[in-house]
Amino acid sequence: MASKKITEDKLEIAGLRVTAEGEEILKGVDLAIKAGEVHVVMGPNGSGKSTLCNTVMGHPFYKVTGGKIVMNGKDISKLSPDKRAHAGLFLGFQYPREVAGITFGNFMRIAVNTVNKARSKSYKAIGPAQFYPQVQNEMQALKMNKKFIGRCLNEGFSGGEKKRAEIVQMLLLKPKVAILDEIDSGLDVDGLKAVAEGISRANRENGTAILLITHYARILKHLKPDFVHIMSDGKIVKSGKAGLATAIENEGYQKYE
Amino acid sequence: MKVIKNMNKSITQNKALPDEYRYGFKTKTRSVRKLDKGLNKDIIKEISSIKKEPKWMLDFRLKALELFMARPLPDFGADLSNLDFDNIRYYVRPSDRATRSWDDVPEEIKDTFERLGVPQAERKFLAGAGAQFESEMVYHHLKESLAKLGVIFEDIGEALIKYPELFEKYFASVVPPNDNKFAALNSAVWSGGSFIYVPKGVSVDLPLQAYFRINGPLMGQFERTLIIADEGAKVHYIEGCTAPTYSSQALHAAVVEIVVNKGARVQYTTVQNWSHNVYNLVTKRAKAFADAEMFWLDCNIGSRVTMKYPAVFLMEKGAKAEIQSIAFAGKGQHQDTGGKVIHLASDTSSTVSSRSISKGGGRASYRGLLRVAPGLKNVKSKVKCDALLLDSDSRSDTYPEMKIDSDGANIEHEATVSKVGEEQMFYLMSRGLSEDEAAAMIVNGFIDPIVKKFPLEYAVEMNRLVEMEMEGSVG
Repeated sequence: MASKKITEDKLEIAGLRVTAEGEEILKGVDLAIKAGEVHVVMGPNGSGKSTLCNTVMGHPFYKVTGGKIVMNGKDISKLSPDKRAHAGLFLGFQYPREVAGITFGNFMRIAVNTVNKARSKSYKAIGPAQFYPQVQNEMQALKMNKKFIGRCLNEGFSGGEKKRAEIVQMLLLKPKVAILDEIDSGLDVDGLKAVAEGISRANRENGTAILLITHYARILKHLKPDFVHIMSDGKIVKSGKAGLATAIENEGYQKYE
Repeated sequence: MKVIKNMNKSITQNKALPDEYRYGFKTKTRSVRKLDKGLNKDIIKEISSIKKEPKWMLDFRLKALELFMARPLPDFGADLSNLDFDNIRYYVRPSDRATRSWDDVPEEIKDTFERLGVPQAERKFLAGAGAQFESEMVYHHLKESLAKLGVIFEDIGEALIKYPELFEKYFASVVPPNDNKFAALNSAVWSGGSFIYVPKGVSVDLPLQAYFRINGPLMGQFERTLIIADEGAKVHYIEGCTAPTYSSQALHAAVVEIVVNKGARVQYTTVQNWSHNVYNLVTKRAKAFADAEMFWLDCNIGSRVTMKYPAVFLMEKGAKAEIQSIAFAGKGQHQDTGGKVIHLASDTSSTVSSRSISKGGGRASYRGLLRVAPGLKNVKSKVKCDALLLDSDSRSDTYPEMKIDSDGANIEHEATVSKVGEEQMFYLMSRGLSEDEAAAMIVNGFIDPIVKKFPLEYAVEMNRLVEMEMEGSVG
């Protein structure tokens, strides 16, 4: 196995308070994710997990009322989502959106060229002939039908195919930190395994740090986290190693609610 | 097709058009003769005399003038109350005659084409392109092979003199002067435009193109196009236009008449990008005879007001109509567009598909008419209109009128209105696309099924225009 790619990249979330439509959802969240690490955030429904994901990526619906989101020493909490993507963030969506009239392959080419151009002025845009085989390789690795490269973005994809496609996107965009919002929901056993392998590979080969948000511990059979955090009522209430997930699996969330 | 599809969507890479491809500039022109503003019999007589027209045409014009004066403004569609007919110049002539050779085209006009990005297409289609500058064809070069095939592609004024029999037979046979107020106005003051005749069994492979352009403040453009496809003939005509922005209103009231004879096929493609002060009030109509096919492909991006409903009369058995249109209504714009199909024979079919986008308070209306005459059998029609709203200030309406008098008609109608969602924008932006890029991608994706039907260079241009329209428009 190749050794992990090590960089100095770091995402720090400090004292993050967030409201949506006047209601406070995050009540002071602290998390620090360093290059190459795999973090898992678990928690019951309504604990603020998805709000955390969307806020870190910059969804306009959520208002940051306190705290900071710092990427490599720079506060990104006021940047638009595209600028955060350029800074190295990625969000794998719980419900990936469909866009008509743009193929998956062409969309990925535009996204990869846009992000890389923003990250490095000397980047030279990649053309379809060179890029599409890369996309197809990643799709194959995720056990997706390669024909989907010519379908419109997420249109006609099943729930599981959308999730696999999110991982393909992450592998191609090579973010520094990927936040994966319930990436394991809607996946069958094979899908879960393929997605977990894709996440491990992104972490190993691209050095992408992972912040995986999940309700269930089942994906952790295929993916070994460095840290596990329990979220409840808008706060991280407990952090530990992989063993914490096993404890949750056995005992449930009650004692943290 | 694959290549075309990919290029359509190269949103960030496509730099096919120079940045100067924006309205808002104008070139100095030497107008040889500019008539006074306003409209009366003397003006009509002068136009006809300058053009050395036969008496029947002068009489036709004078009769049309009476009809125009007598008719009220339309009681539907866009607000036309700001149109001041007395403040419009009805005829301008930049040079003495339409020129054939590119070398004869005045430098400043070439310069305008340069800034419009015309030469690219012009190089390819040089021989087939006619261009309207102010009210005359200044550049109109007939490809020699076209002439050999017996195809006539002429400035319409010249055609009146050169082919009087064809002209008298077909002129105003599809759109009579009393059809509507603006058809009457055009009939009175028409000047410039294309005349195309394709003889029996001849198929014109390259699209014939004409560039139209308004240049000169307060100038109305009243071009008239007449296309006749004889039995079994095939032809594709493309018009594209853009105009500089002026503070005062400009009026564009064109008439397009098409005769599609037995077994013939005509496609008429328009990319309309008038500056945002232009009233674009156009009557476009075709008659399709036995087993003939008429296809209107229409894209309206510019103008202040557009009222345009390309129509097909299905005259005989086996005739087919297709109307596909895109309308883009931005700030201060009202695109009142759609299509009309009149089924007058059994075994006829039609497809109407329209996609509109409204943003920044713009209004897009779909206005359609589907008529099936009594006693017909095996008539099929499918009408689909989809609207996309970019913000809550913008508006979309649908006025689909149907008059179905036969039992033997199979009619499908579908209409949708959707909004660009915050979630969709967030998704695309999380992948690194700016707000404008994300919105342009959604809009281009929405119109893609129709854009794909345009020739490649136009499709690229339209995607680019959408990107320009989307700049700084979201929020």
